[in-house]
Amino acid sequence: MTALEIRDVSHSYRKPALRGVSFSIEPGDFVLLLGLNGAGKTTLFSLIAGLLGLQQGSIRVLGHEAGRSAALAGCGFVFQQSALDLDLTVAQSLSYHAALHGLSRGAARVRIEQELERFGLGSRLHELVRTLSGGQRRRVEIARALLHRPRLLLLDEATVGLDVPSRRAIVQRVRAACTEEGVTALWATHLPDEVEPGDRTIVLHEGQVRDDRRDIAAASLPDYFARLAS
Amino acid sequence: MTAKALRCFVGIVEREWLRFLSQRGRFFASLVRPLVWLVIFGTGLRTMVDLSATPPYGAGVGYEDYIVPGLVGLVLLFNGMQTALSMVFDREMGSMKVLLVSPLPRWYLLACRLMAGVIVALPQVYAFLACAWLWGVRPPLSGYLYALPAVVLAGLMLGAVGLLLSSLVEQLENFAGVMNFVIFPVFFASTALYPLSRLGEASAVLAEVARFNPFSHAVELVRFALYGRLDTTALVATIAMTVVAMTLAAWRYDSGRILRRQLGAH
Repeated sequence: MTALEIRDVSHSYRKPALRGVSFSIEPGDFVLLLGLNGAGKTTLFSLIAGLLGLQQGSIRVLGHEAGRSAALAGCGFVFQQSALDLDLTVAQSLSYHAALHGLSRGAARVRIEQELERFGLGSRLHELVRTLSGGQRRRVEIARALLHRPRLLLLDEATVGLDVPSRRAIVQRVRAACTEEGVTALWATHLPDEVEPGDRTIVLHEGQVRDDRRDIAAASLPDYFARLAS
Repeated sequence: MTAKALRCFVGIVEREWLRFLSQRGRFFASLVRPLVWLVIFGTGLRTMVDLSATPPYGAGVGYEDYIVPGLVGLVLLFNGMQTALSMVFDREMGSMKVLLVSPLPRWYLLACRLMAGVIVALPQVYAFLACAWLWGVRPPLSGYLYALPAVVLAGLMLGAVGLLLSSLVEQLENFAGVMNFVIFPVFFASTALYPLSRLGEASAVLAEVARFNPFSHAVELVRFALYGRLDTTALVATIAMTVVAMTLAAWRYDSGRILRRQLGAH
């Protein structure tokens, strides 16, 4: 069973945002969805999450129709826009997410401590989210997305605006989740330097898949995008 | 109810409660508003409004006794709008998505959020009733118990209307205007401050507006319950309005209309 299967998906607002997008991802794979701002990445993520209704095409998540409870139960999301309650502590914020996924208090407490330790944030458990730096908040969001042990992790511009160490910590944790825990990850970004040799890279441009292969060299991507834009 | 659904409900209530506790001013504001009405307006209008033969009260009822259920309604009305405002805020800040991608039906998530808002309103309502008791408004003690389900139901109705409003308002900045547009007409054109019979003597049109105003029914439900009686018409009207508003709100949140608008603006 494929982790994610997208077939001929098109979506329009006042103008087309996605046009005939098709691709699939096998379990355990780490896939980059690379595209400039406005390429349609967030629209595609919103369709996968069931936050938008499908206008055309089909999306199956872990064998289930996108947006269904069974599909959502197996997914972890990190949205482009930070979505943490600033007035709650890190522990309270993560406990809320654990509750939304039906985790018991005991299981949630153990997993919260584990995930925060992996990100080096174990000591910040009882601090207000608003006291954390941007990079720390983002790490808390990745920890949150992994809390309920999802099989498919969807990250929309998860490292935008962060410094290099924070970006590296986040990318390493997600890659480790794929290799060590069998998590499948779809990582949307507009930053070519997040592509590593051998990564499967899907290039989305103006709502269309323009490329989908494993041998895209990060160094060549700026020129590649310049050609697409022209 | 499954264990996961129950855990989700508890989590949503806890979050609302923690947010409420972090906004200490909200509790005092919710008390000051009705107390100003009770102490200043109640005293000023005490001798001007004739309330004889106004059910469920007996003869010699004071104006302050009459307006207390209406002011309970005011507390619930503001709380419902606060719930709506926090929904719009969550949508703008992105945390709404976290709620909507959890693996439970959206109508259930919204119902949990609605109930959480009512639970947060209960201490506000009973703190106001305690202040009113100190001011001399003393319904039978059993009335405080009978009023609980009525307050919950009224809170659900006003919260559901708030949820529906939150699905209609596009931007946070617009919401303050909408709140004023809703709260004051709904409050004044109701039976919260004057009985329907007195309104009818002054203006037949206003009396008809108040008669059909769902807020009037919520207030009457609380008023009768405080004196150990049930107003069946108010009960039916309040339940019906809750169901209609909640169904429409769930439909709007479930259909992705709200996010489509946000994303489409990019």
